[in-house]
Amino acid sequence: MVEPIIKIRDLHTQYGDKKVLKGINLDIYPYETFVILGRSGCGKSTLLRHLIGLQKPTQGYIYIKDNNFVTASEKEKNDILKNIGMLFQSSALFNSMTVGDNVALPLREHTPQPDSTIKIMTRMKLGLVGLSGFENFMPAELSGGMKKRAALARALAMDPEILFCDEPSAGLDPIVAVGIDNLILKLKKAFKMTIVVVTHELESVFVIADRIALLHEGEFIFVGTKDEMRRSEVPVVRQFLQRAPDEDDMDKDKFLNSLIGG
Amino acid sequence: MNLEITTEEIDQKVFVNIKGEVDLYSSPEVRKKIFDLVKKKAPVILINLEKVKYMDSSGVATLIEGLQQCNKYNGRFALYGLQDNVREVFELTRLDKIFEIYSDRESALKN
Ligand SMILES: Nc1ncnc2c1ncn2[C@@H]1O[C@H](COP(=O)(O)OP(=O)(O)O)[C@@H](O)[C@H]1O
Ligand SMILES: [Mg+2]
Repeated sequence: MVEPIIKIRDLHTQYGDKKVLKGINLDIYPYETFVILGRSGCGKSTLLRHLIGLQKPTQGYIYIKDNNFVTASEKEKNDILKNIGMLFQSSALFNSMTVGDNVALPLREHTPQPDSTIKIMTRMKLGLVGLSGFENFMPAELSGGMKKRAALARALAMDPEILFCDEPSAGLDPIVAVGIDNLILKLKKAFKMTIVVVTHELESVFVIADRIALLHEGEFIFVGTKDEMRRSEVPVVRQFLQRAPDEDDMDKDKFLNSLIGG
Repeated sequence: MNLEITTEEIDQKVFVNIKGEVDLYSSPEVRKKIFDLVKKKAPVILINLEKVKYMDSSGVATLIEGLQQCNKYNGRFALYGLQDNVREVFELTRLDKIFEIYSDRESALKN
């Protein structure tokens, strides 16, 4: 039996009175590409923040390679994080640094590698995401899709065992989005890596996923393969599958806040 | 440390035997060994990867540096005995085109 690389147990999160995650459980296995699907505002980014230790859940546990991430000390957390790459929805590149320096930064900060080796590694990673020759560009000089690729190169800088991606294709035009999905597919083949993607976009799911979980009202109402999902008779799954892209996709809280908030 | 490196010199040819995992934290040791040899302008450096179970991109980058240094004085730098997953890394990054790669010690010596 293969042990899961990530175990989520009875995880609860609430903001004030609002319960976002209501006791979720999940096992993710080594080398699978796992997609967590759900509408905007259902708690996907919140869950990812728990998974990388940026935010403590209200209750419950996360084990990454048998280390309990929720109770880990800062030092233990940092050791776990060295094996984790994260592609943030916003790309989160440092705008004052070149693309190359952005990719090199984690290596300079966390490894004993000399500059000459880091330079080669940086170029290898940029080549992998199709950005050869862009190392001296500033992020502001890149298109949205290229920024995503650069951020992906940075997430891969340390050869992580686990890669988390938050809405990798959100906000990109459809052709560029397909390019990012294909890139994730290529990475999946190239590296022995566990990839966890959260998204509200159904189209990419069927391209990249080995298994899928549908997060709905704080719970996983479906976990299974693509085929199992297509055959599922769970009403919410059917609804999700039949929904036109992005139809009705809004975070109600955010929308309301945008109207009444300060 | 989960890495061991030994060298043996036979007829002007240096074998670098690497055993274990070459990763971000251990590859500087490989680098040091290889750079010691290129500083002495060793004419033939043969890297034995038979016992390398895992190599990340820092390991690959380190070997690229070794090759580059060795090319500067027209030395020969070759790899042999790559396990399947290590070979895959080279193929996917198309570095199998840059390196001389052999299946075993014998064929590395022949050429
Ligand atoms: N820091 C926060 N404080 C209060 N509410 C939040 C906070 N972060 C997110 N939320 C709310 O929690 C819900 C889940 O948010 P999020 O995890 O960002 O969802 P998703 O990534 O699926 O769009 C949303 O309703 C959002 O408005
Ligand atoms: Mg989100």
